Amino acid sequence: MAGKTLFDKIWDAHVVDEIKGGPSVLYIDKHLIHEVTSPQAFAGIDSRGISVFRPGQTVATPDHNVPTVDQHLPIKDELSRFQVNKLTENCEKHGVTIYGLNHPYQGIVHVIGPELGITQPGMTMVCGDSHTSTHGAFGSVAFGIGTSEVEMVLATQCILQPKPKKMRISVEGELSEGVTAKDVILYIIAKITASGGTGYFIEYAGSAIRNLSMEGRMTICNMSIESGARGGLIAPDQTTFDYVKGREFAPKGEAFDLAMEKWEELKSDDDAVFDMELVYDAADIEPMITYGTNPGMGAKIKDHIPAVEEMDLAAQESYKKSLAYMGFEPGSPIEGRKVDYVFVGSCTNGRIEDLREVVKFVKGRRKADQVIAWIVPGSKQVEKQANEEGITEALEASGFKLRQPGCSACLAMNDDKIPEGKLAVATSNRNFEGRQGPGSRTMLASPLAAAAAALTGRVTDPRNIK
Amino acid sequence: MSVDKFQTIESTAVPISIENVDTDQIIPARFLKATTREGFGENLFRDWRYEKSGELKSDFPLNNPKYSGTILVGGKNFGSGSSREHAAWAIHDYGFKVVVSNFFADIFKNNALNNGLLPVQVSDGFLVSIFNAIEADAGTLINVDLQKQEIRLLATGESENFQINPYKKECLLKGYDDIDYLLNIKKKIAQFEQSRT
Repeated sequence: MAGKTLFDKIWDAHVVDEIKGGPSVLYIDKHLIHEVTSPQAFAGIDSRGISVFRPGQTVATPDHNVPTVDQHLPIKDELSRFQVNKLTENCEKHGVTIYGLNHPYQGIVHVIGPELGITQPGMTMVCGDSHTSTHGAFGSVAFGIGTSEVEMVLATQCILQPKPKKMRISVEGELSEGVTAKDVILYIIAKITASGGTGYFIEYAGSAIRNLSMEGRMTICNMSIESGARGGLIAPDQTTFDYVKGREFAPKGEAFDLAMEKWEELKSDDDAVFDMELVYDAADIEPMITYGTNPGMGAKIKDHIPAVEEMDLAAQESYKKSLAYMGFEPGSPIEGRKVDYVFVGSCTNGRIEDLREVVKFVKGRRKADQVIAWIVPGSKQVEKQANEEGITEALEASGFKLRQPGCSACLAMNDDKIPEGKLAVATSNRNFEGRQGPGSRTMLASPLAAAAAALTGRVTDPRNIK
Repeated sequence: MSVDKFQTIESTAVPISIENVDTDQIIPARFLKATTREGFGENLFRDWRYEKSGELKSDFPLNNPKYSGTILVGGKNFGSGSSREHAAWAIHDYGFKVVVSNFFADIFKNNALNNGLLPVQVSDGFLVSIFNAIEADAGTLINVDLQKQEIRLLATGESENFQINPYKKECLLKGYDDIDYLLNIKKKIAQFEQSRT
């Protein structure tokens, strides 16, 4: 019998039951919730007259719909305030831990899970948010769910899920100077398209992946969903264990050693069979950026936007529509376009390492006057660390200002909206039409490329800034 | 909370022949502030349907009076992006019972099934036939028979079988939901927890 993949090992260990001809009953170790996709789920269990089955396994924080300025004041927007208050009410009623807006642990769910040590190898984790795939960086099976499924987890700590197929993507070799984890994942999605991962769970492997920090691995796993894959994961190793050790909710002392013994076994067997295997050469990856309206429409910054004729016939109409929305000419160069906004933040690139990269890059330089730059830390802890490390001060010296934690302009549910027709270089994960505000245009890139755009006011290959 | 039983549908259809229709288009994030499931249909495809002034965009199929019905037909990779179930709620709330495409995003498909909205995945060729049939005659009828797992163009008689998980099929036909199923096996879940410690 062939060996098992890491995904299979974790999944199979969490199957409570199999429905004949149907999905598996999958047990969920950790459930994260936020204000936008949970109220209807709580209303559902309330209407059934039941309570949360395992309140200790759910953790809540408001992130999607919170302002990123003046968080000490009541939220101005009435609907937003009601929604955020509803989360607090629901959690208090059901005994679920919540890190509210002014709590030192508040932040984007996918930033706080790892930094608090809630996320651990070998777990199953879900959240009513597609970027739950982030937590796969620790060697856990983590994926986004809908609100009906949130209700299932609240009610029974389980969901019904068909088992996905397995894909392994290996990136071998060494990444060049100026190439980040974000470039790796944008490169992968550009290769396999925005639907190439649909139906799969991806394991990322290879020496280039193994050499990434935990933050970098989170960026990679985070964007798995942008290829359509339900999630992505990376086998845990010493980098993982070192990151988890000592965090608030990580096992301590002897318990940690015992846990680590189990975690060390979490890897795909040598003879494991994947439904699809892809291998990429790290040397071929260069700073990337998207030019269209789905994350698969990415290219090297130094390249041109593809001509219409380079697309499949069936896809040409959608391609033209997409470029028309962006205001870009097919075949034109990517670099040098005028940039109006820069957004650094989100569950993809809003961690401390991202801010460090940006500050290292902009230190001693000035932001271009016409660019409005929003730098949004992923959590209160990231914010605190940025203050302590002098990042906040250094950014201000270069003309940038740090906002307060939240999802912010990644999805523009709050007031952080890019105005109609304006072009933003963003470190977030989606460039859909209107994603950052009605009529906004988004180019996704790494924190380095975002910083380069902020300095020059143009789409710029970060390697060209000496 | 049980969902409506899914009956055989015979209806005209609304064609949106665009690829990668993501859930941000189906329901933009700024409309996700509600804390109930109702009323999202009003803002379905908001930015494709309305001008900034609030006027209807006449060239968008949902606004074209010649198209109507309870079947929505979309291009490849329908429902990609965010996991927001609000997308399925919005489509259902608007009045659609079936969404047809040649390729659905995974989370959207689950969300649709959990709300009595049937995603019907057809072949590339059959999708073209559907779009062509609607273009030739917007009044063309499409029959979706869940029991037989068959979708049929009445005008030409062309038909195709579609896949659906037998458990989900049963749920839709009988109006069962997953939560009822899980609540019934809570004892088993507790035993599973015991066995792991």
